[in-house]
Amino acid sequence: MKRCDLFLSALGLLVAWQVAALLVNRPILPGPWQVLVVFFKELGDGLLIHFGVSLWRATAGMALSVLVAAPLGLIIGGSKRLDRIFSPIIYLLYPIPKVVFVPIVFLFLGIGDVAKIAIIFLILFFQILVLVRDQAAGLPPQLLQSLRSLGAGRRALFRFVYLPASLPAILTALRQSIGTAVAVLYITELFATKYGLGYYIYYNGSTLFDYPAMYAGVIAMSLLGLGMYFLVDWLERWLCPWKYVS
Amino acid sequence: MIHSHDLTFGYSHHTPLFQDFNWQVQRGEMWAILGSSGCGKTSLLYLLAGLHAPTSGRIEIDGEPLLRPRPRTGLILQDYGLLPWATVRQNAELGLQVRDFYGPDGKHTPKNFQAENKVPYWLERLGLNAVADKFPSQLSGGQRQRTAIARTLAVQPDLLLMDEPFSSLDAVTREDLQNLTLSFCKEQNLTLVMVTHAIEEAAALGQKILLLDTAPNQTARVFDNPQAGQPDYRNSQAYHDLCQALWQEMRHEIPSPQPSPERGDVQ
Repeated sequence: MKRCDLFLSALGLLVAWQVAALLVNRPILPGPWQVLVVFFKELGDGLLIHFGVSLWRATAGMALSVLVAAPLGLIIGGSKRLDRIFSPIIYLLYPIPKVVFVPIVFLFLGIGDVAKIAIIFLILFFQILVLVRDQAAGLPPQLLQSLRSLGAGRRALFRFVYLPASLPAILTALRQSIGTAVAVLYITELFATKYGLGYYIYYNGSTLFDYPAMYAGVIAMSLLGLGMYFLVDWLERWLCPWKYVS
Repeated sequence: MIHSHDLTFGYSHHTPLFQDFNWQVQRGEMWAILGSSGCGKTSLLYLLAGLHAPTSGRIEIDGEPLLRPRPRTGLILQDYGLLPWATVRQNAELGLQVRDFYGPDGKHTPKNFQAENKVPYWLERLGLNAVADKFPSQLSGGQRQRTAIARTLAVQPDLLLMDEPFSSLDAVTREDLQNLTLSFCKEQNLTLVMVTHAIEEAAALGQKILLLDTAPNQTARVFDNPQAGQPDYRNSQAYHDLCQALWQEMRHEIPSPQPSPERGDVQ
């Protein structure tokens, strides 16, 4: 994808937004220009703090899930016996939409940051676990045999094969689940908090009826998701150059 | 160098592939193991590599019973086993990295292993310098197999095991690599055991040819082929006669097909 194409698409979306605003012609859909002006004004007026809080929750949830799920996925995928034990459990839990756990997590972990991070963790954990496990279990036996014949034991196999093989799986899992994670973050921020973009959007829209500010919050949340998506994309290009050669 | 004593090996619920099988390989010999698919030739190679364990009997290498992969044995497989995320150079260095990782413990790395970096030499020798920074997905089949060879030779093995190493290559590349294999085996005084299903390959490379039968293999049927590897041997009468003889032998092994019921017999 070229940068120029991305820029043109963004421009096209803004034009469509402007046209829609003109057609609707009501305060509930202000035009992009008005919203952007408010967005930059609000940034200095607290929006940046809300953005920072949401970014922290999302990043902490992501980091935690990578740190826990990736090694577990490697261990399970690297051992047939463990895979037999854990696969049915994962199979049962994986398809459950984790957002239904939101009230349960709030019950157990309270309503603070820990609960919000835990929910993002839950969503990403299974994605990463499953992808890393499949990657580890699907390594061609020839690859492992060749390495073993070079003298590699279990430790060296983990260091030279399983670990580097899990990297693209982690990045793919992150890329696939960032959208869901940000969406659920929004939901968790509707409850019992005074910080975060979810709170900011909801408060401006439903309590203050300040629609331009609400839309400014929506833009901030979109930028959060997009920014993380771009970051993972860039990490993948940087860390996995072999996937991008022709 | 290799001594198989009353080797028995098979997969559960199947006829054993080898039963009380005795066979010897001397240091510096070049062997081809020939047989049709399912005869156990790859299993024998994995047994020699220490990746399979015999059901009974034992394999000794240099008088030592083989219980696990032996650090001075190099194994090269049909589909290369290269790391897709590593360049040619990094792949070729992998064996040395594994040795570095453990240090000379005698188990994963020979005790007297001199960590001499032979990778640049083998990359040059195998004509891989131009592609040293490319990934396996960017290489031709021949270049991938050369990379696998460079990786194995860089750890200075004394025994080289190859499993159908050239079977997926085109004829010209295959012959090039066969000749290259002959030259470095002689140069480094390597013992070579190569598994193949191609009669021509066995006759061109194997100074001794072990012909495997349908399971169970009980005696080692060995063909001497001392001229193998000499220049122009492939064009000689002796080569063609040997190919013919091997072909006859292998034809006898294949059980004649069972007569199938004629159409209309089955109601």
